[in-house]
Amino acid sequence: MKTRLAVDLSGLPPFGFDNRSPIWWGTLGFVAIEGMGFVLAVGLTLYLKHVNPHWPMDAAPPDLLPGTLLTGVLLASLWFNRSADKAARDGDLSGTRLWLVVMTVVGLATIGLRLWEFNALNVRWDQNAYGSCQWLLLGLHATHLITDVGDTAVLTALMFTKHGRGKRYSDVSDNAFYWSFVVAAWIPIYGLVYWVPRW
Amino acid sequence: MSEAVHPGASPVPVERAAAREASGETRTQRDTDLPDAELDRRLARTWGRPAGLVGWLSSVDHKEVGWRYFVTAMVFLALAGSAAMAMRAQLARPDAGLIGPDLYNQIFTMHGTTMMFLFAVPVMQAFGVYLVPLMVGARCIAFPRLAAFSFWVYLFGGLMLWIAFLLNAAPDVGWFAYTPLSGPQFSPGKRSDIWAQMITFTEVSSLAVAVSVIVTVFKHRAPGMTLDRIPLAVWAMLVTSFVVIFAMPAVMLASTMLILDRLVSTQFFNHEAGGDQLLWQHLFWFFGHPEVYIIFLPATGFVSSIVVAFAQRPAFGYLPLVLALVATAFLSFGLWVHHMFATGLPQLGASFFTASSMLIAVPSGIQIFCWIATLWGRRPAMATPMLFVMGFLVIFVMGGMTGVMVASVPLDLQVHDTYFVVAHFHYVLIGGAVFPLLGAFYFWYPKFTGRMMSERLGRWNFWLAFVGFNLTFFVMHVLGLMGMPRRVYTYPSDSGWGPLNMVSSIGSVMLAASFGLFFVNALWSLRRGVRAPSNPWNAGTLEWALPSPPPAYNFARIPIVTHHEPLWKERESLPVAHGLAVDEREILVSTLVEARPDLREVVPGSSIWPLISAIALSIAFVASIFSPYAALWGGALVGAALLGWFWPKSSHEDEE
Repeated sequence: MKTRLAVDLSGLPPFGFDNRSPIWWGTLGFVAIEGMGFVLAVGLTLYLKHVNPHWPMDAAPPDLLPGTLLTGVLLASLWFNRSADKAARDGDLSGTRLWLVVMTVVGLATIGLRLWEFNALNVRWDQNAYGSCQWLLLGLHATHLITDVGDTAVLTALMFTKHGRGKRYSDVSDNAFYWSFVVAAWIPIYGLVYWVPRW
Repeated sequence: MSEAVHPGASPVPVERAAAREASGETRTQRDTDLPDAELDRRLARTWGRPAGLVGWLSSVDHKEVGWRYFVTAMVFLALAGSAAMAMRAQLARPDAGLIGPDLYNQIFTMHGTTMMFLFAVPVMQAFGVYLVPLMVGARCIAFPRLAAFSFWVYLFGGLMLWIAFLLNAAPDVGWFAYTPLSGPQFSPGKRSDIWAQMITFTEVSSLAVAVSVIVTVFKHRAPGMTLDRIPLAVWAMLVTSFVVIFAMPAVMLASTMLILDRLVSTQFFNHEAGGDQLLWQHLFWFFGHPEVYIIFLPATGFVSSIVVAFAQRPAFGYLPLVLALVATAFLSFGLWVHHMFATGLPQLGASFFTASSMLIAVPSGIQIFCWIATLWGRRPAMATPMLFVMGFLVIFVMGGMTGVMVASVPLDLQVHDTYFVVAHFHYVLIGGAVFPLLGAFYFWYPKFTGRMMSERLGRWNFWLAFVGFNLTFFVMHVLGLMGMPRRVYTYPSDSGWGPLNMVSSIGSVMLAASFGLFFVNALWSLRRGVRAPSNPWNAGTLEWALPSPPPAYNFARIPIVTHHEPLWKERESLPVAHGLAVDEREILVSTLVEARPDLREVVPGSSIWPLISAIALSIAFVASIFSPYAALWGGALVGAALLGWFWPKSSHEDEE
C-alpha cells in the first residue's frame, strides 16, 4: 500500500518515567497478578477461619516481636526506597548507587527477619489448616521479598558498571515502585498473621 | 541488542559514523530520507534473526512466536481429539471392553486438561501474540523476550503432561481435579502432582502473555488509534487478558496448595485437620468460570473481524460491542458458584448465582444482535470464514439456551454430572470458540503464510464439522436427560443408552474427519495454495496493509490511524510517521488514551536466554514434584538463568 509521510517522530525522547514507560505498565501488570494472589490467600485464610470455630487451632498465637520488627523495617525502608527513586529521576548516579546499596542491605535484613518469623509462628505447616495458612501467607510474601531483593542487588551491580546510565534510571524507578507494592502487600498480611489469632 | 543480530562484518557502524558526521548531531540512521527499497533492506537486517538452529531458537519475533503457539496448540488439539475418539469408540456400544476404567479415567482427564489448558487458551493467545501488534500498527509485541519465554514454558508444560501419559502416570481425576479425590489420601502416586504442576506451567505462560498483550495495546498503538478506533478483535484480546490476570492466580494458588498438601502434608483440603474440600471448588471455579470467557471472548473478536470484512461495512454498534465485552468480563467473576449447586450451598446464595448466570445472556445477546445488524441487508460472500461464523451463531445460541436452563438450581440438580452438561459445554465451547477459531484461521491464513486455503476443501471442512458436531453432541442432551452420568467407562445394555451413543460416535467420526480435512487443507495450502494478495478480503484493519506474510519489522513506517477501519478511510495512500532509527530496534511508545506519540524506545532483539530460562524453570517445576528442596535449588537455578537474560551483553543494548 502506498504511504505518505505525515508525522516526524525523531524528536521524541528515548525513555520516560512512570506511566510513560512500557516497563512501568508491565510491572503494574505483575503487581495486579500478585496482588490478586495475595487477595485470594487472605480470602481463603478467612474462609478457613470461618469454618473452624477456633483460630488459632491448637496453638499459641505467633510471637509478636519478629513480625512487628519486620513491619517497622519495611515501613522505614520506604524512605530509602523513595530516596533511590528520587536520585534516579534526577539522573544522580552517586546518589542512585548509594541508595541502591542501602536498599540491598535493608532487603537482606528483611529476609533474615522473615526466617526468624517462621521460627516464631508457634505452629508447623502440617499441624492443621491454621498452620498451613500461616506458612502460606508468610511464604507467599517471602517469595516477593527474595525476588525484589535479588532484582535490587542485580540493578545495584549494574549501576556500578558502564551500563549504569540512560534507561537504567527508569529501571531503578520501576524497581522502587515494585518494592512499595511488596511493603503495601505486607500490611494486611501482618494483621492477618499476627493480630487475627489474638482477636 | 546483541551483536548476533548483525551477522558477519556489518557495515552499520561505519554508516552510522558517517551519518553522525554528516548531520553533526544524530548518532543513528533514521528512516526519514531513505528510499523505500533501501529502508526495507536496512530494517530487515536490523529486525531479522540469525540463521541456523540457534537463531531459530533465539527468535523473539512475535509472528514466529505466535506461529509456534498455533502449531503447538494444533498438535495438542489433535492429541486431545484422539483421546475423545478413543472415548467415543469405547462408548459406542454397551459393555464394551476396549478401554478399562483406569485408562479411561486418564483419557478423559487428558482430553479435558489438554483441550482447556494446552489448546483453547494458548490458541487464542497465539492469535493475540501474532495479530495484536499488527492490528495496532506496532513493530513488535511489548516485551518480546517474555513472549518467547512464555511459549517455551507452555511447550515444556504440555510435553511433561503427555510424556507422563506415555509412562502411565497421567492424571486421572478429571480436568478440575476435585479434592479429596485428588488429595494425598485418595490419589497416591504422582498423577495428581503432574496435573497440578502442568497448571503452574501453563498459567505462568498465559499470565506473561496477557501482560505483553495489555502493554502492547496500551503503549504501542499507532498514532491516532484512540480508544474508540481500536479494532474490535484487539478489544477482545485486551479484555481477555485482563480476565486472565484476575482469574488465573486462583488456580495457580489452588494447585500449589494441592501439591503442598500432597508433598509436605499441609492440611488445606483435609477435613480432619480443619481444611475444607469445598475450598478447592471455590478457588477452582473462581478461575474456571472466567476461563470459559477467556476462551470465548477472543472468538467474539474473530467474529467481529470476519463479519465486518464480509459485510464490507463498519460494525453496527461498535460501542455496545465493546461494552458487552467489558460487561461479560466483569460478570464472569460472579458466576462460579453455579458449578457448585449440587454441594448444598445456602439457597439465598444459589439464587444470587442463578440471577447472575442468567444476566450474562444479556451482553451475549447484544453482541449477537449487533452482528446480525451489521450483516442486515448485505449479501456477504459465503466463503469458508463466513460459513464458520454462521455455524457459530446457530450452535452458540443453542448452547446459550441450555446454559440458561442449567443456571436454575432445580434443573441443574437433575442434570448435574450427566451428559446433558457435557452437551451444554461442548455447544458453547466448540460452537462459541472453535467454530470462530477455524473461521479465523481461514480468514488470516493468507496473512500468516502468503497463500489462500482451498475453498473447496474449506466447504467440506465446514459442513462435515457442522453436521458431525450436532450429531455427536445433540444426542448427548437426550442421554443426559435419560440419566447417563458423565465419566463412566461403560454402561449396561439394558440402560437403553446404546443406540444414541452409537449415533454420537458416528457423528464424532464425521467431526474428526472434518478436522482431518482442516489439517490437510492447512498443510497442502502452505505449498500449493493460490498466492494471496496483501488484502484478499478487502478488510479495513491495519494488518491488511502489510505484505503477506509480513516482514520481520511489520511496518516500514508506522501508520497513522484516522478511523477504526483505517484502510477503508485512506484508500489512496496511508499517512505514516517517520523518524525512527533503522539500525537498531527502535519502536514508538504512545499515550494510553489518545495514542499520541510519546517516546522512541529501543527494544531487545533475539536471544537464547528466554529458552534457557524456560528450561531452568521446567527443571525446577518437574523436580519439585519429587522433592520440596527442588523449590530452593530450582529457584536459584532460575535466578541464575534470569541473570543471564537481563545482564546486558553489550554497551549498545542499554544506550539511551
